[in-house]
Amino acid sequence: MVEAYLRQSPLSQLALPSRAADETGDAGVSMAERPFRRIVNLRGNPKSEAFVSAAKSVLGAELPLAPNSAAAGKDATLLWLGPDEWWAVSEDETPPLADKLRDALSGQHASVTDVGEGYSCIAVSGPNAIDTLAKGCTLDFHDSVFAPGSCAQSDMAKAAVVFHRLEDETPSFEIYVRSSFAEYLWRWIEDAAGEYGVAVTG
Amino acid sequence: MPARFRLTEGGRIDRSKPISFTFNGKVYQGFEGDTLASALLANGVHLVGRSFKYHRPRGIMSAGAEEANALIQVGEGARTDPNLRATQIELVDGLKAASQNCWPSVEFDVSIVNNIASRLIPSGFYYKTFMWPASLWMTYEKIIRNAAGLGKAPEGPDPDSYDKTFAHCDVLVVGAGPTGLAAALSAGRSGARVILSEQDATLGGSLLSEPDLQIDGQPALEWVAAARAELEGLDNVRILTRTQTYGYFDHNFIGLMENLTDHLPQSAKPPKLPRHRLWKLRAKQVVIATGAIERPLVFSDNDRPGIMLASACRTYLNRFGVKPGSKAVVFTNNDGAYAAALDMHKAGIQIAAIVDLRAYAEGPLTEQARDAGLRILDGHAITATAGDKRVKAVQVTRLSDDGESAKAVGEHIECDLVAVSGGWNPTVHLHSQSRGKILFDETYACFVPGDSAQASTTAGACSGSFGLGACLSQGHDAGLAAAKAAGVKSRKKGSAPQAEDPNAPGGADRDFLPARWLWLVPGDKPLGHGGKHFVDVQNDVTAADLHLALREGYRSIEHVKRYTTTGMGTDQGKTSNVNAIAIVSQYFGCPIPDVGVTTFRPPYTPVTFGVFAGRDIGDLLDPARKTPMHALHEHAGATFEDVGQWKRPWYFPHEGEDMHQAVNREVRACRESLGVMDASTLGKIDIQGKDAAEFLNRVYTNAWLKLKVGACRYGLMLGENGMVMDDGVTSRLGENHFLMTTTSGNAAPVLAHLEEYLQTEWPELEVYLTSVTEQFATVSIAGPNARKLLAELTDDIDLSAEAFPFMTWRNGRVAGIPARVFRISFTGDLSYEINVPASYGAALWQAVMTTGEKYAITPYGTEAMHVLRAEKGFIIVGQDTDGSVTPIDLGMDWIVSKTKDFVGRRSLYRSDMDKPDRKQLVGLLTDAPDTVLPEGAQLVEKIESGPTMAMVGHVTSSYHSPNCERSIAMALIKGGRARMGQKLYSPQADGKVITCSVSDVVFYDKEGERTRG
Repeated sequence: MVEAYLRQSPLSQLALPSRAADETGDAGVSMAERPFRRIVNLRGNPKSEAFVSAAKSVLGAELPLAPNSAAAGKDATLLWLGPDEWWAVSEDETPPLADKLRDALSGQHASVTDVGEGYSCIAVSGPNAIDTLAKGCTLDFHDSVFAPGSCAQSDMAKAAVVFHRLEDETPSFEIYVRSSFAEYLWRWIEDAAGEYGVAVTG
Repeated sequence: MPARFRLTEGGRIDRSKPISFTFNGKVYQGFEGDTLASALLANGVHLVGRSFKYHRPRGIMSAGAEEANALIQVGEGARTDPNLRATQIELVDGLKAASQNCWPSVEFDVSIVNNIASRLIPSGFYYKTFMWPASLWMTYEKIIRNAAGLGKAPEGPDPDSYDKTFAHCDVLVVGAGPTGLAAALSAGRSGARVILSEQDATLGGSLLSEPDLQIDGQPALEWVAAARAELEGLDNVRILTRTQTYGYFDHNFIGLMENLTDHLPQSAKPPKLPRHRLWKLRAKQVVIATGAIERPLVFSDNDRPGIMLASACRTYLNRFGVKPGSKAVVFTNNDGAYAAALDMHKAGIQIAAIVDLRAYAEGPLTEQARDAGLRILDGHAITATAGDKRVKAVQVTRLSDDGESAKAVGEHIECDLVAVSGGWNPTVHLHSQSRGKILFDETYACFVPGDSAQASTTAGACSGSFGLGACLSQGHDAGLAAAKAAGVKSRKKGSAPQAEDPNAPGGADRDFLPARWLWLVPGDKPLGHGGKHFVDVQNDVTAADLHLALREGYRSIEHVKRYTTTGMGTDQGKTSNVNAIAIVSQYFGCPIPDVGVTTFRPPYTPVTFGVFAGRDIGDLLDPARKTPMHALHEHAGATFEDVGQWKRPWYFPHEGEDMHQAVNREVRACRESLGVMDASTLGKIDIQGKDAAEFLNRVYTNAWLKLKVGACRYGLMLGENGMVMDDGVTSRLGENHFLMTTTSGNAAPVLAHLEEYLQTEWPELEVYLTSVTEQFATVSIAGPNARKLLAELTDDIDLSAEAFPFMTWRNGRVAGIPARVFRISFTGDLSYEINVPASYGAALWQAVMTTGEKYAITPYGTEAMHVLRAEKGFIIVGQDTDGSVTPIDLGMDWIVSKTKDFVGRRSLYRSDMDKPDRKQLVGLLTDAPDTVLPEGAQLVEKIESGPTMAMVGHVTSSYHSPNCERSIAMALIKGGRARMGQKLYSPQADGKVITCSVSDVVFYDKEGERTRG
C-alpha cells in the first residue's frame, strides 16, 4: 500500500482545512472539498440484458436509466451521464469497483475506466446554494426541474462539470470538476457566494 | 431649513430623513425618497445641463426613464458614471452629481456660441462640412471628438464588483404599476414561478403620482402595499426593484439590470454585495406592463428650463411633495393634462393659463378646471417662449382654424413653469425588441403593440388602454393567461382588482381624450427663422432640421433618423420618435403608418459595462489550469507559459539568469546529464473495445493492427482535408485497450473528432473513448543519466535496453507509487515518461528531484523542450503546421500508409497536393551562426528595392541551439526540399537582411543513437 500522506488533493494549495468552521452560522452557502473520491466511468449498452445485469451484480443496484438521475448502489452512487455512460462514485475507503466491473463485463461491448484521480469534488450547500450555482450555469436548479437526486453535465463558469444534487432538505450539491480547473472553480464559486456569506466546512 | 419649493406635507418622501448632496459643487438638502431631480426642483434648481449641439441651457423635462435633458455625471475619479438620468437617480447621502457637456460651468458655457451660429450647423453638418478635403479629416476629427460626446469616462479601473446570473421563470412581469401588480398577483396566486421587475425603487408605477384613486375600496397606495406584502409572502414570486428590463432577445431570453447598492451611502454598502447584477433570464411567458410615456408638444423654443411634461409636474407634486414652479402655464392638446392643472392649483401653484390647442376645450377634467375657475385659452397656442436659464414668459396666440398658423400678435403671459402634454405613447419598446408588430392607433394617435412574435403579451397602458380599470383587469387576465400558457395548473383564481375615483364617479376608467393632434405648433415666425421647435432635445434636432432632410431628398424614416440623429443617443427617442414620424408624415401628406417606425433597439436605458464582465475579470477571467506539481514549480521560481488554459513552466531561471541563459542551461543538461519536465498536460484518451485497433488504423495515417501489447507508436492524425491535425504516441495496454496521447492544447478537439467519427461514420465499431488526461501526472526524465536515475527509484522494472527498448511501456512502482513508464522521447535523448495517479504527482516529482541531485537534475520548461525537439527536427502541430500542411509537406511520407484507408487519405491524392511549389518543411541555417531568425519571418530569393518581394516561405520555429552551438530554424518553403543549400534572404522590419541557407531539418544526432541507447 502506498503511503497516503504522499497524496495531494487538487485543492490542497488552498489550505481549506485551516479555514474550516464547525458551525456554518448564518452563512448562506457552505463549501467543502470532497477529496479522493473513486470514480469509475462505465460505458455500455443499456438495452443489453447482459450488460445491465452484470453491472447490477457488481453495483448492487440497477443503473439509473432516466436521463440526469442518480441512484444509490451498494458501495457507490450511480450517476447517469449519457444514454450509454455512467459514473460509479465511491469513497476512497470502499473497495475498488473497477476490477470487479471489468471481470463481470469481460467479453461484452463495455468499458470500465478509473477517472477519479482526474477529478475534484466541491460540495456547495445552504439556503443560497441555488442562487450561487445559477450565477455560473444556465441550468434551472429549481426543485421542480432539478430535484434532489438529479445530476447533469454542464458548465459552471468556464469549467465543464458534473452536478449532483443530494437528497437533502437544504439544497446540497456536489460538483465534480477536472482537477486542473478545481482551484479556479472553487475561487469563482466562493466569490459568487460572497454576498450570501460563505462557510468552509470540513 | 426646508427647501423653498418643498410642500410641508404630502408625497412619498420621508421628511424625518434629510439627505445632503452636492450638485455642481454646491451642497443641497433633500429627503429619503427623493430622486436627484425632485431634490433639485425642491431647491428651485431647474437648470441642470447644456444641450449636446447648441449648448442651450436645459432643465428637467420629465420624472422618469424618458428624461432626455437632465443627464448627469455622478461620482468622481474611478467611481463615476456619466449620462445618468437625474429623474432616476435615487438621492443618497454624500451623492456628488454634476452637469455634463458644459465648460467652464453650466451657468456660463462658452460653446453657447454654437446656438448663435446654429444657422451654420444644419442637420448633416458633419457629412457636409468635414468631407473635403479628405486628408484633413484627421484634424477635424480631433476637434469634433473633443466637442462631442456626453459625460466623462472614469479615470481608473472600476473599484466596484458586478454580478451576473442566469435565471428561469414561468412568467416575467415587466413593470409594477397597476397592470403589472395585477398580473403578478394573478400569476403568482396560480402557483406560477413569477419574476416581477420594476425599474423604480418602489412598486406602484403611475399610482405613486395619483393622489385620490382607490382600488378595491382602499387608497391606491395601500392596495399597492397589500399587493406587495402578498407577493412577498409567495415563495414562487421574486420581486426585483431598481431593475431595468433592458432587452428582449430571441427565445424569450430577457436581459435585466438590477441596481443593488447605488442607493446606499458608500459607508452603508455591504462589502460583498455587488453593485449591479445582470439577470440573464429565460421566461416561459412575458407580460409586458411597461405603461406609457407622455409626449411633449413641438413648439417654438420648447426646450427652456422650466418647461416639462404635465405628468411630471403631477409626479413632483404628488410623489415628492415638490412644487415645480410658482406660476404655471399648462399647454395641452388633450383633456388629461387638466389633472396637472387641478393638482397644481390645489397645491397653491398659480395657474396663469391653460393653453389648449383644441378649438373647444372639453372633457371631464376640463370641466373640473372650468368649475375651479381656471383660465382656459382654447384654440390657442404658445408661439414663443422667453427666459434664458429658466422660462419666464410665453407668448400665447390664437390659432387659425386649421391650426397651421397663429393669428396676429398674442398675449404675453409671465410664468416660471410650462406643463406640456401632447398625448401619450405606450412604452412598446420591449414588445418591438421581441419582433412584435407595432400598429398605429388613430384614436389615441400613438403606436400600440400588434401581434406578439414570441411568448409574450402586453397589458394596460403599454397596450394602449389608458384607464386604470382597464389596466387592472387586463393585467389580471394577462397574468392568469401567462401562467396557464406556461403550463401551470391554477391553484386558485381570484378576481381582478376594481378601481374607482371618489372625486368623479366612473373617473377611474377615463383616459386622456378628447384631444386634437397638432404635431407642429406654429410659431410667431416661419419655421427655421428664429425660434427652435425641438423634436429631439437630447440630440438638438428641430422640426426645421427634419424638413431640411426631407427637402434634401431623404424619404425613409431610418435615413432621416441617421441624417438628423433624431431618436438616437442614450434616450433612444422615447419622447421624440412619434413627433418626428408625425412631422415627416405631415410634410409628405401621408398617413403616419405609411412613414413607419424606426427600430426599437436594446438597451431600453443604458446598461453598466461592468455587469457584462461580472466576476470574469482579473484572475477569474479564464481558468488557469494547473497540474498536480504546479505549486512545486512556483516554489522553484518557474516562469509560466500559457498553453491553452494550462499554465506550464516555460523555464526555471536561476538567480541572475535571463531567459536565454536559463534555457541554454536546461537544454545542455538534457544532453549532458539529466533533465526533468512536467508533461502532465498532454492529452490522454483511453480507448477500449474489440475494434480499438481497427479504429486507430482508420484515424491515424500509419498501421496499428500489428502493434504489440506493451509497445508504443507515434501517430499522425489528419482532418478530412488531408491536413495534419494532431500527433502523439499511442500505446497498446491490452489486446482491446489503448492509451492515446494528444498535444496539450488539442486534447478536447481530438476527442470530439474521434467521437464524431465513431458516432456518425462508424457506429458499427465497438469502441468506447474516455478522457483520462487528468487521471495521471506525468514526469518526463531525459538525458544520458535517465536510466540510472530510474533504476534507483524502481525495483520491479527491468530497465535494460533489451528488456525495455525504445517505444515500449512497462508497469511497476516508481518511488513506491504504482506507475506506468513509457520509454518514449520528444527530446531525442534517452527518456522515460513516468505516469502515476494524479494525486501522487507532487510526491513523484519530489522523489525524482531528490534522487536526481547527484546527476545535477535540471527541471526544464517548454522553451527548452522546444529547442531540444527542434534540434531533432520534430514538429509541433500548430507551430510548424497551420492547418494547410500535409504529412508529405512535412517530409513525413514514411508515416503515411500506402496500403490502407484512413481519414484524410483521399485528400492527399488531389492534384494540388502534387504541386512542386507546395511549401515544405526544411531547416534553415543563418550565415551568421549567432543570428536567430524571428519566428514568422518571411523569406525571399532575392532582395528587391521596393517593399513588395516574391515571398517563398516563412520561419515556423527558430532558436539558439546550445548543443549545435549556433542558431537553428525550421521553415515552410516553397519546393523547399529541392532547394538544399540554396541561399535565402529574410528582410527585417529595421531594413537589415538575414542571409541563410536551406538545410536538412534534423540538426543533431541524425542517426538517433542517443534515443535508442
